[in-house]
Amino acid sequence: MSYLEYNVKITPTGLRKVLHLNWPLVLLLVAVACVGFLMLYSVAGGDLSRWAEPQMKRFAGGLALMFAIAFVPLWFWRSMAGLAYAVSILLLLGVEFFGSLGMGAKRWLELGPIRLQPSEMAKITVILAMAAYYDWLDIRRTSHPFWVLVAVMIVLIPVGLVLRQPDLGTALLILGGGGLVIFFAGVSLWYFGVLVAAAGGLVSAVVASRGTEWQLLKDYQYRRIDSFLDPTLDPLGAGYHINQAMIALGSGGWSGRGFMQGTQSRLNFLPEKHTDFIFTTLAEEFGFVGAISLLVLYLAILVTCVVAALQSQNRFASLLILGVAGNFFLYFAVNMAMVMGLAPVVGVPLPLVSFGGSAMLMILIGFGLVQSACIHRPKERG
Amino acid sequence: MKRPKKDTEESVRVISRRAAMIGGAQLLFAGALVLRMRHLQVAESDQYRLLAEENRVNIRLLPPARGLIQDRNGVILAGNAQNYRVVLIREEALDPRATLERIAQLIPLTEEEIERAMRDISRHRPFVPVTIADRLSWEEVARVAANAPALPGVTPEVGLTRHYPFGEEFAHSVGYVGPVSENDLAALDNPEPVLMIPRFQIGKVGVERELEDSLRGSAGHRRVEVNALGREMRELDRQEGDAGLNVQLTLDRNLQAFTLARLEGESAAVAVMEIPTGNVLALVSAPSFDPNLFVRGISVPDFNALRENDYRPMSNKAVQGAYPPGSTYKMVTALAAFEAGLASPDERVFCPGHMDVAGRRFHCWRRGGHGRMSLIPALSESCDVYFYELAQRVGIDRMYAMAEKLGMGQRFEIPVSAMSTGLNPSREWKRARRGAEWLVGDTVNASIGQGFVLSTPLQLAVMTARLASNREIVPRLLHAIDGVEVPTPEAPPLGLQGTALNLIQRGMSECTNHQRGTAYSSRVVQTDLRMAGKTGTSQVFSITAAERAAGVRRQDQLPWNRRNHALFVCFAPETAPRYAVAVVVEHGGGGSSAAAPIGRDVVLAAQTGGLPPLEAYPQPQRNRIEAMLRELAAKVGPLTGPATTSSRA
Repeated sequence: MSYLEYNVKITPTGLRKVLHLNWPLVLLLVAVACVGFLMLYSVAGGDLSRWAEPQMKRFAGGLALMFAIAFVPLWFWRSMAGLAYAVSILLLLGVEFFGSLGMGAKRWLELGPIRLQPSEMAKITVILAMAAYYDWLDIRRTSHPFWVLVAVMIVLIPVGLVLRQPDLGTALLILGGGGLVIFFAGVSLWYFGVLVAAAGGLVSAVVASRGTEWQLLKDYQYRRIDSFLDPTLDPLGAGYHINQAMIALGSGGWSGRGFMQGTQSRLNFLPEKHTDFIFTTLAEEFGFVGAISLLVLYLAILVTCVVAALQSQNRFASLLILGVAGNFFLYFAVNMAMVMGLAPVVGVPLPLVSFGGSAMLMILIGFGLVQSACIHRPKERG
Repeated sequence: MKRPKKDTEESVRVISRRAAMIGGAQLLFAGALVLRMRHLQVAESDQYRLLAEENRVNIRLLPPARGLIQDRNGVILAGNAQNYRVVLIREEALDPRATLERIAQLIPLTEEEIERAMRDISRHRPFVPVTIADRLSWEEVARVAANAPALPGVTPEVGLTRHYPFGEEFAHSVGYVGPVSENDLAALDNPEPVLMIPRFQIGKVGVERELEDSLRGSAGHRRVEVNALGREMRELDRQEGDAGLNVQLTLDRNLQAFTLARLEGESAAVAVMEIPTGNVLALVSAPSFDPNLFVRGISVPDFNALRENDYRPMSNKAVQGAYPPGSTYKMVTALAAFEAGLASPDERVFCPGHMDVAGRRFHCWRRGGHGRMSLIPALSESCDVYFYELAQRVGIDRMYAMAEKLGMGQRFEIPVSAMSTGLNPSREWKRARRGAEWLVGDTVNASIGQGFVLSTPLQLAVMTARLASNREIVPRLLHAIDGVEVPTPEAPPLGLQGTALNLIQRGMSECTNHQRGTAYSSRVVQTDLRMAGKTGTSQVFSITAAERAAGVRRQDQLPWNRRNHALFVCFAPETAPRYAVAVVVEHGGGGSSAAAPIGRDVVLAAQTGGLPPLEAYPQPQRNRIEAMLRELAAKVGPLTGPATTSSRA
């Protein structure tokens, strides 16, 4: 598919593109980000400059980037998909060999003054690549074993590299995002049935291999699983985080303890209170009502995206939007399930709320692509 | 490449269908999240709210001030002294070692102490105050405080610590406190949280231990908000504890001090009781030790020195020491016989210096014999053969009953540690404990307080008080708790025949006041202070044949720990007894030479409430006594309490 294949006349040009932006989506993103600013202000004990202010600056930058990406025609991004994917694989390899260590894992690549986290980038580039792949592939070959294998390899190469860092949370998100696009593209459900069976086998293998020489996960990862299964087992050790998080959540009650009144976060009982566990502070201070409100905002973003995807008659655009939205869902679903004790503790931030630049930037880039798809809505001929 | 329209439609259809599947799954998951949130935040909220509160609030105990221990006149025997110390908070001190070295220029701080402080500092979290110097004088603390600007993170603090102003005088009776040990905690089913306060001290020995519950008081508490590291953020509320109750004892500081000073150089014990209240006025065991050492934490060499001392300074011999009472027991034998009507006052027994009973020869202490003896001279001159004769008539059962009546073999309800019951032997006892039948020889031995019989000095004082009053006097040590007097029950009559008891009392009087009496040299000449008493010399080891062959004839030729125990019991004033005294000098040699002079001085001091008056002593002894009293006065120091009480005789 090339530029010529689109009916250019119905695509807005210049400033008129602004009118064709998906404004409800923009507003929802800003609303979620504002919740984030509020919570970061609260967990810093009323200190704006500690986390909220840098987060605002990053969000402003990210938003600008989102608009810039949105205004670039979608077919440009489609043609860049292969390149972006290749670059991110190279960067991941770079991390493997030249990466810098942080908290026991090699995640960062330092290129002069810039610190890159290629694994974050891979989340988007894999979705982009998969959407482009299935757009290119003859729809009748979607379920052909060879072409399925190609798709799976496109996903698994970056997943494998990220797992080696090791960064289980990000690897899961990449796997989930890529897998979702494969699913949306219409690959036969049989494959997924086999996959579920294989996953069951893998889990057994992981459990069985523990303590042997060839054990599949690191000890700390096993401990996380243990503490997930029974957080009270070791309340001051591995289970500490999840116990304290559940205390914070539960003590919020129906309407919460009030803004800046959460003792669990204010007195530092909560771990990672400004990053992965920020949802617990929200739930502690604004209670069930506040937590549900955030969930509704997230779901609204999701619905907006799905509607946009279904309205689009373009395969690439639909797959891209659904992929980004599915990835976004994985973010907040895994994070919330984790702090509520429904999933093991893996490092997944709460999207647009947790403090952190890389993840937010990537999410906004993803939504920039979604916006681009909304603006440049090609009507296929014939 | 152009995509056929059919393919596009197919693509849209597939994507829509798949999106619906995933969307449904996502909604299901979101629903699960909502349910979980509802469970945590609505259904179980109260429980988690409680856990959050427990996280947030810490209770810090405030140690209560320990109750005072006073003597009968309100003189403080155990008090709480202010203890100045200097603490350092690492996070404020920046460079703890430099700070410590600066402090070392202000107050004496050895290199070792600095090292220990550095270790403590590194072991605790940076905001925890670590004590770097304890028990400082006010001047030292003031010097640190004046230099505060140069010493960041250093604060002087004041706390309370137990102090015994009279040191060794009350080491055994009042006892001492020490830090709570693992053993102490293990002995309690449900230890109070206050015991967990670091370096909290509880009574270890004596009144401090026995009346711990009254003295300790109850801890107050502060509720503080803490963060996850345990650092205090703010105080939520504070409730001061209740100080322990003050305890007043019947002991008399002046008499106790005089008695301990009088016993210097001996391994000895003295008990002084008031008649008829039973008030224990002095309970002294010599040598003693400084209980303040234990409060501070006694050093190993000091402790070993106390433990390895042959004179056993740590043992409270007045209640813990059980000695053969020797001739002081003869009153029991005599009273048993006269009560039973088995002897008459005029009846005489011939003493040739020994008596053969059941094929064994029992000697009198006077090898040459006393000649013909009736009761009163037999008591006064302490003729053994007379009592061998009485014992055979009266038998062990009646002797046992009489001894029990007089307080032997009993434990008394007073707050002292490790009280011994002594031993009042009986047929049953011997059968049960020794697996043998009682022999007549055992009775003969017991008649002069030898053989199996063991008594503590306190029991001997009780016996003497009962003999003097014909009342069942029991010792009383606790006078008042929290200002409320513990009632003194009137001692019930002992129910002895007046005539028999009178004879015994006369015998005791002649022992000290008749020139043939064994304690005549310790007589009191001032009529209103005169005493009646009985000496005792109890054999610990016989002089062996080998020693006799080597020329050992007299006690002072033997090594100290093989010599006889010297005992003396007495009451005074003779006509209207107010005080009963028992003296035991371990391995002192003879009762009349080693124990009786002590008994006289103590009973005189008890009667006058100060130093014994010189006029009470026989003229020829006064020069020597005067010198001794001057020396004792210097040791006792200034007399304490209200000027000698009017309640004294």
